[in-house]
Amino acid sequence: MTTTTANGRGLKKFFRSVSIPPVYYFLIVIFLGGGLLDLFYAGGQIFGNTAIMLNILVRSVALGIVAVGQTMVIVGGSIDLSVVFVISLTSVMSSYIMQGETSNVPKAILLVFLMGAGVGLVNGLIITKLKVNSFITTLGTSLIISGIINSTFSNWAGSVPRSFEFFGYATIGPVPFSVIILFLMIFAGWFVLSRTKFGAHLYGVGGNEEVARLSGLRTDRVLIIAHIICSLTAVLTGLFIVSRLRAGAPWVGPDGYYDLESIATTVVGGTLLAGGKGGVWGTLAGVLIFSILDTTFNQLGVNPYLSIVFRGLIIVLAVASYTIRSKKEAA
Amino acid sequence: MTTSAVTEKNSFMKVLSNIWELVKKIPPVFPIFFVLFIIVSLLSPTYSTANGVMAFLRRTAPLGILAIGQMIVLATGGFDLSMGSIVTLVCLVSSLLLANDEANTYPTIGLMLLLGAGIGLFNGFVVTFLKVPSFIATLGTMLAVRGAALYWVGGAPKGYFTDNFRMWGRGYIENVPLVGRFPIGLIVLIVVGLISWFAFHRTNYGKQILAIGDNVRAAKLSGVKVRLVRMSAFMVSAVLAVIGGVMIGGYGGVNVSIGEGLEMDAIAAAVVGGVLLGGGKGAVVPVVFGAYTLEILFSMLNLLGLPKPYKDSIQGLIIIGAVAYVAISQRKKR
Amino acid sequence: MSEEEKQKMVNEQKPLMEVRNITKKFPGVVALDDVSVKFCPGEVHAVVGENGAGKSTLMKIMSGAYVPDKGEMFLEGEEVEFSHPVQAFEKGISIIYQEFNLLPERSVAQNIFLGREPTVLGVVDNRRMREMARNILADIGVEGAIPASKLVGDLSVAEQQQVEIAKAISLDAKILIMDEPTAALTINEVKMLDELISRLKERGIAIIFISHRLAEVFEISDKITVLKDGKLVGTVQTDEVTSEGIVSMMVGRILDHYFPPLGSLEDFGEVVLSVKNASNDFLKNINFELKKGEVLGVAGLQGSGRTELAQAIFGVVPFKTGSISLNGKDQLIKSPATAIKKQMGFVTEDRKSEGLCPQQPIRDNILLTVRSIQTMLTPISKDGIRRSPDLVPRLGEEVDIRTDSYDREVQFLSGGNQQKVILSKWLASEASVFLFDEPTRGIDVQAKASIHDMIRDLTKQGRAVLMISSELPEIIGMSDRILVMHDGSIAGELPPESSELDIMLLATGQNGNNGSIKSGAKGEN
Repeated sequence: MTTTTANGRGLKKFFRSVSIPPVYYFLIVIFLGGGLLDLFYAGGQIFGNTAIMLNILVRSVALGIVAVGQTMVIVGGSIDLSVVFVISLTSVMSSYIMQGETSNVPKAILLVFLMGAGVGLVNGLIITKLKVNSFITTLGTSLIISGIINSTFSNWAGSVPRSFEFFGYATIGPVPFSVIILFLMIFAGWFVLSRTKFGAHLYGVGGNEEVARLSGLRTDRVLIIAHIICSLTAVLTGLFIVSRLRAGAPWVGPDGYYDLESIATTVVGGTLLAGGKGGVWGTLAGVLIFSILDTTFNQLGVNPYLSIVFRGLIIVLAVASYTIRSKKEAA
Repeated sequence: MTTSAVTEKNSFMKVLSNIWELVKKIPPVFPIFFVLFIIVSLLSPTYSTANGVMAFLRRTAPLGILAIGQMIVLATGGFDLSMGSIVTLVCLVSSLLLANDEANTYPTIGLMLLLGAGIGLFNGFVVTFLKVPSFIATLGTMLAVRGAALYWVGGAPKGYFTDNFRMWGRGYIENVPLVGRFPIGLIVLIVVGLISWFAFHRTNYGKQILAIGDNVRAAKLSGVKVRLVRMSAFMVSAVLAVIGGVMIGGYGGVNVSIGEGLEMDAIAAAVVGGVLLGGGKGAVVPVVFGAYTLEILFSMLNLLGLPKPYKDSIQGLIIIGAVAYVAISQRKKR
Repeated sequence: MSEEEKQKMVNEQKPLMEVRNITKKFPGVVALDDVSVKFCPGEVHAVVGENGAGKSTLMKIMSGAYVPDKGEMFLEGEEVEFSHPVQAFEKGISIIYQEFNLLPERSVAQNIFLGREPTVLGVVDNRRMREMARNILADIGVEGAIPASKLVGDLSVAEQQQVEIAKAISLDAKILIMDEPTAALTINEVKMLDELISRLKERGIAIIFISHRLAEVFEISDKITVLKDGKLVGTVQTDEVTSEGIVSMMVGRILDHYFPPLGSLEDFGEVVLSVKNASNDFLKNINFELKKGEVLGVAGLQGSGRTELAQAIFGVVPFKTGSISLNGKDQLIKSPATAIKKQMGFVTEDRKSEGLCPQQPIRDNILLTVRSIQTMLTPISKDGIRRSPDLVPRLGEEVDIRTDSYDREVQFLSGGNQQKVILSKWLASEASVFLFDEPTRGIDVQAKASIHDMIRDLTKQGRAVLMISSELPEIIGMSDRILVMHDGSIAGELPPESSELDIMLLATGQNGNNGSIKSGAKGEN
């Protein structure tokens, strides 16, 4: 008995330490709502089907991974629109370098991660040193990368070897490998934000740059690292996508709207757009909400465009539920 | 004698420095545009003909209108990301409602304007009353409006635009003295531009918008009705997106992704035209020239034989450069 | 320095920190002029003086926020120089401003150890960090009240202050500087702070605090340094002086200019503004009248409700009960927009964040109020409003805005000129009742004089002025009647040209209920 209470307390402590964001209520509502729809219209075949449930998770992988990086940048009071073309560039670059040969895989992976680090570094430097607004900076770098991709590739480029499809398709037991990667990334994101000095400093920089500076933090460096991490998560998303599609194409990033969707899921997850508050667990819930919505509508044969409408309304409603009591004017 | 020479020299320098002061006040977008335009007309003879110039102005008119709308929201310190989706909505739904009957054209356009005003009102309400940051609020409407438009038409464009609908985007008035043909789209831009210019620079409205974007608290303490002004800004922006949408549909034709990314183009044009993100600065004419500058740049790259996609890269460099220029010159002033 | 004094110095306790001959000039003002003070360990050292005496400047120099123009600082006998606050706190000098430097969305422990998080193999040891925070909180005796994992934003002001103190202690602060630490605290909280301070004192920390509340100063300080006009008046042992003695050291500052003559009886007209039994969360039972042609001065310490009074009248944070009447008619003023329509004007204390749109031209700042009275789409001309195109230049000349063009952005103007722009804004709206909150704060002497002349001119033209000021010479030099506020209510009314001592006594709540003075003032008017 003592052990159970201790465990119970431990669990409680754990939940408090990750501080469950209110977005999980939304997640539950969406989940129950989807379940009810399922019950009435599909006889419970959707939510009772493990394969479909797992598919909800697989659907969340691409957006979920990059949203981890986006969350970090937003916590730091910045924003990154360039992830969308970093994803595209990763997909075409890796698939072009691999050319279907397993021996090329390490080289491709190394190069795309270097590319990602470079993009993040450039974003961070422009924002901190030239003092250009992060929205404009990353919109700009996004356009620059898009131009480079589209002038080099116009269609499917190269292909990935069978061995590399592991990332997208392999399962470990019943669990897809990619889902494990997603949860590892979420865990890593949580770890970085709440268990490293960098994370603590990032909250400081996003919360109040002046306070951070007066506490002796190197604010510029913190923000640059956050941007590098964010671009690297975009690279990982790109690798996942290329492994699913078996080849890279310039449009994979923009087609998934990974820039705005990753921002939306982050903010829906309870991270403050202005920075200083939030975390990846909320973002995970935001991503899952979108996936459940898509999957349920998809399985029920509801018009897919309605699910886009719902997506938009949920973004507004969820964020409004956090902001409505605020006394400050929004802009 | 020496003294008089000195004073003469001084007064000459003074005149020079006065002129320099005046020159410095000219928004940099004007000289940049004209330099680019001269380069382009040297590269391609069509740009030195009236026809060529008119074609260029016709092509650019919709972006000019979108940029004005975006500028008004940016000047209050907000964003309007829903513009592109509104363009998509206008093009898709109009093509459906027109049903190839010219008599339907103006009721349809009227309905679109009402819809636009409604969307703008919704954006404004969410931002001012629910206090959702406009970036997120308009991102939500962007998705909702795009989804609704696709749902309405069933996922693919249906029907065609009638001729009197297309006229607004691609039509010309023929046999105009001096220039030959005068694009109707340019007339729309001029009318919209004049009204916006008047509202923004010659009524209380524009000054209140700038005051809110600059310092909400001070504006409020000076009696400005902040909520009303802010909501109206979103409405103006959405209505201008509808007008731009009618012209874009008429110019090109319909496809499902027709409006995609236009909100970013409009923001880029506004920023090149000297608008500050965060609010407090903005002017109608430079913003229209911001749109012209981006377009002429693309024409130039085309003429230079660069692959088309490079236009994105150049646009990216230009907007970062434009904002960095402002940031650095602000730092110097202090 | 005489031989005798030198001998005295040697005999004194060895100072922890010493500032010598510190001088700091700002454009137009000498904020500190050759000031030397010693601060000893285990001693509570109060720094008092009127507004503009140089207290804050001295504290900012000691904590590295400002660099002095002249003079040296010694920490434990060693000369130190700071160019950044981080350097000062690394040497053990911590400062707690009224605006706390805390992150509201982070926990108490995270705030205390921001930038110095304890780690194990690079991993932040949150448990240890909380434990360390608890230890520090226990150390200063506030452990029970503040859980280390609570968000700072959820704490009361007093608790946040304790977190700031804990942060300073965790930095091994030897010197703790507090700027008006009690301004926002309740009586009980002040008591707790006093206890906390005495505990810190026992640890040998030197505590320096700025305060306006003399009663407190006497309760907790060991030494008092009085500054006046940027000069050192003296440092005394607290138990060797009386509160009257300190007040007389503080006051009687040399007037930096002559004030315009006060109004005379025939200048005063009928009552234009009258507030009856009005209260809100900050104010209790406010009653007063303001007549046409008079300057009603409102004095009081920081936190006494001066600014809240103006905000309530102007509808920013309206009264909840009671009534306001203008020209004899009861009015409901729930927003600044209504107040402006009723011809009121409010020159706020904080020019930057409340008064001006910094990136807009002078012209548009001046015209903003007129424009909000008109409808939104009323046409304007290039140079201003259509109805009176010469309004801006006329007002600009009237208040003497020094600029080459009214198209210049106000952010590039001097403080005095900015204040004149704000004044013109309300003149433009044809306000007849003016509320001034600290009209001359941070403004150089010349501009000060011209603003005083302007305020007097307003009343000459039949307008009524309510002027809040924490500078007693200004209150005395300008007011036709003086209201003194204390603790959210009006402590008393004083006749013109009352002494600074009388005002200070009422403002510090030392005279209790000053019925006699009040009635005396009424009799004179």
